[in-house]
Amino acid sequence: MIKFTTTLGTLLLMAASSTFADGHKVKVGMITTLSGGGSGLGIDVRDGFMLAVKGNKNISVITKDDQRKPDIAVQLADKMIQSDKVDVLTGIIWSNLAMAVVPATVNQGKFYLSPNAGPSKLAGKGCHKNYFNVAWQNDNLHEAAGGYANSVGFKNSFILAPNYPAGKDALTGYKRFFKGKLAGEIYTKLGQKDYAAEIAQIRASGADSIFFFLPGGMGIGFMKQFSQSGIKLPVVGPAFSFDQGILKAVGDAALGVKNTSQWSKDIDNAANKEFVTNFKSEYGRLPSLYASQGYDTGKLLISAMSKAKIQDMDKFRDALRSADFSSTRGKFSFDTNHHPIQDIYVREVIKEGKTLTNKIVSVGLKDHSNAYVSDCKM
Amino acid sequence: MTFILFFEQLLNGIQFGTMLFLMSAGLTLIFGVMGLINLAHGSFYMIGAFSAALIAALTDSFWLALLASLAGAAIAGVLIEIIIIRRLYRRDHLDQVLATFALILLLSEGVRWCFGAFPLYLNIPNILNGTVPIFDNIIYSKYRLFIIFMGFLIALGLYFLITKTSLGIRIRAGQNDRQMISALGVDISKLYTIVFAIGASLAGLAGAMIGAIQSVEVGMGEPILILAFVVIVIGGIGSIKGALVGSILVGVTDTIGRIFLPELLKVFMEPSNATSVGSSIGSMLIYILMALILIIKPSGLFGKSKHDY
Repeated sequence: MIKFTTTLGTLLLMAASSTFADGHKVKVGMITTLSGGGSGLGIDVRDGFMLAVKGNKNISVITKDDQRKPDIAVQLADKMIQSDKVDVLTGIIWSNLAMAVVPATVNQGKFYLSPNAGPSKLAGKGCHKNYFNVAWQNDNLHEAAGGYANSVGFKNSFILAPNYPAGKDALTGYKRFFKGKLAGEIYTKLGQKDYAAEIAQIRASGADSIFFFLPGGMGIGFMKQFSQSGIKLPVVGPAFSFDQGILKAVGDAALGVKNTSQWSKDIDNAANKEFVTNFKSEYGRLPSLYASQGYDTGKLLISAMSKAKIQDMDKFRDALRSADFSSTRGKFSFDTNHHPIQDIYVREVIKEGKTLTNKIVSVGLKDHSNAYVSDCKM
Repeated sequence: MTFILFFEQLLNGIQFGTMLFLMSAGLTLIFGVMGLINLAHGSFYMIGAFSAALIAALTDSFWLALLASLAGAAIAGVLIEIIIIRRLYRRDHLDQVLATFALILLLSEGVRWCFGAFPLYLNIPNILNGTVPIFDNIIYSKYRLFIIFMGFLIALGLYFLITKTSLGIRIRAGQNDRQMISALGVDISKLYTIVFAIGASLAGLAGAMIGAIQSVEVGMGEPILILAFVVIVIGGIGSIKGALVGSILVGVTDTIGRIFLPELLKVFMEPSNATSVGSSIGSMLIYILMALILIIKPSGLFGKSKHDY
């Protein structure tokens, strides 16, 4: 009976909203990574976004798989803009794909809401009035890691990241805040899984700490091999190698590692609690930070739609800029270059029963923006 | 740059090479005997790793998991050979490439259907965890030594199989003259199935052993497949000896190159540029090596030129 009434309720709601529908409809094109390596990230972003817009009759979403390939992402974007006539594009995980798609998209008068990639170019000189990043500027979590390293007194860090735009942003971000010396700096191949050679370098370097940014499967390999190497050095990194999707695969090797994140499932606010509960009941797993970013992107879009029609681009842009939605992260606003101002937390990997997960230990950087605001002329 | 570091990196290169050998031995055997270009070989690597992760989760035993990887990949190999590959031997290479590429997509999505998109957990047994002193102050990962040991054991086993057993004689005969051995009454289609299964199970074993220290996920086989092709082109297509020499060569070049090239460039470049330029060139190094070897020996180190047939 309860089920029947809720269904009825939803139907009524749908009917009610559809009467207002004309002119308020928004077509969203989601390009994200759904197959091959790295698909866990895209699936989380998609699921988070779909959860946020669930039941909203005014939003229609076309989802396509970019297979983590820039050329395919560009083709998909062209097709979505020209034949599917979408109003808003979103979904891209990887910075090299974002660099290939975003400039052309926003120049054709479409909005792009980034649920993940935030390359420095798009925050600084290459910023655009139609581009909004709902996640972070790439450097942010790494800057917080650098700050954390200072606070615990690391003096000589060994740092490594893959050789692609976000990898460079990562090391730049860490170095911007870290006050100590560098024992070594390595760029690895994107997608590399074996770190024997790098670990040997670390052993020989005399470092007192390690900072690494290796998202997805790359980080799993590194953490496992590092824990087998017998090197006992503290490790710090951004949340990407310690998110819910991959902790299970890393196993106990991750226990106790400090990582920095703008989101955690134990952030205490109503929006976040609702998100975590609904995500768990909808998909049967714990959400990751990627899922929270997809969810916030959906909520931001809905908040703007309630204020303006998408056809009135200036008003719609103002509505987006005001970020008038309750974020899973709590306090959230956009800086003038359309990138978030938000708290970045330091988390620790713990065990809840048999499940590995994260808990917040401190606030790393409060109301943190990014270093490229002044380069951006909109 | 100390000797200790260099020695450790050399071992890392050899370990990487022995893994490549397990992949490329099967690939080169299948090409040599059946004349088949099998792009789906990386999928057996993945199937092996997933079989191992499944059995490890059920039984908690790494050794059973290794057996499962051999068995899982061999069974998949036999089924795929009988259902699909068998129809491709008489077709030209373009058809084979298209069909086996389709197999990659089918198998990857199939595995994702069964196991989901998130990486699985597979870990090494406690007995192989940690490091062991080799001599003086050189310490090295036990598990990586184990991989090197297994690689050479299998190389030795393959050598005996090919040179000393009657199956080996038939395989070599199949490589030299397919029509003649079927005229002599050897059941050629059974021989093909066996060779295909051996190749698949070696790839599966490699997948499980590497999966335990990297990550078990969909699409894990494709990057290593490309390297395996480089290896068999360098070593000479169809030659197991070539595969062994080629793998070690590629493994050592890749490892040493990507570490020492940036160091070398730092002598006359600004450090952060040197790291990024050095690692870019480092990742091209094996292809440069391949090009050089092909200029000197167009059919690879141990390959037969066309006239030998």
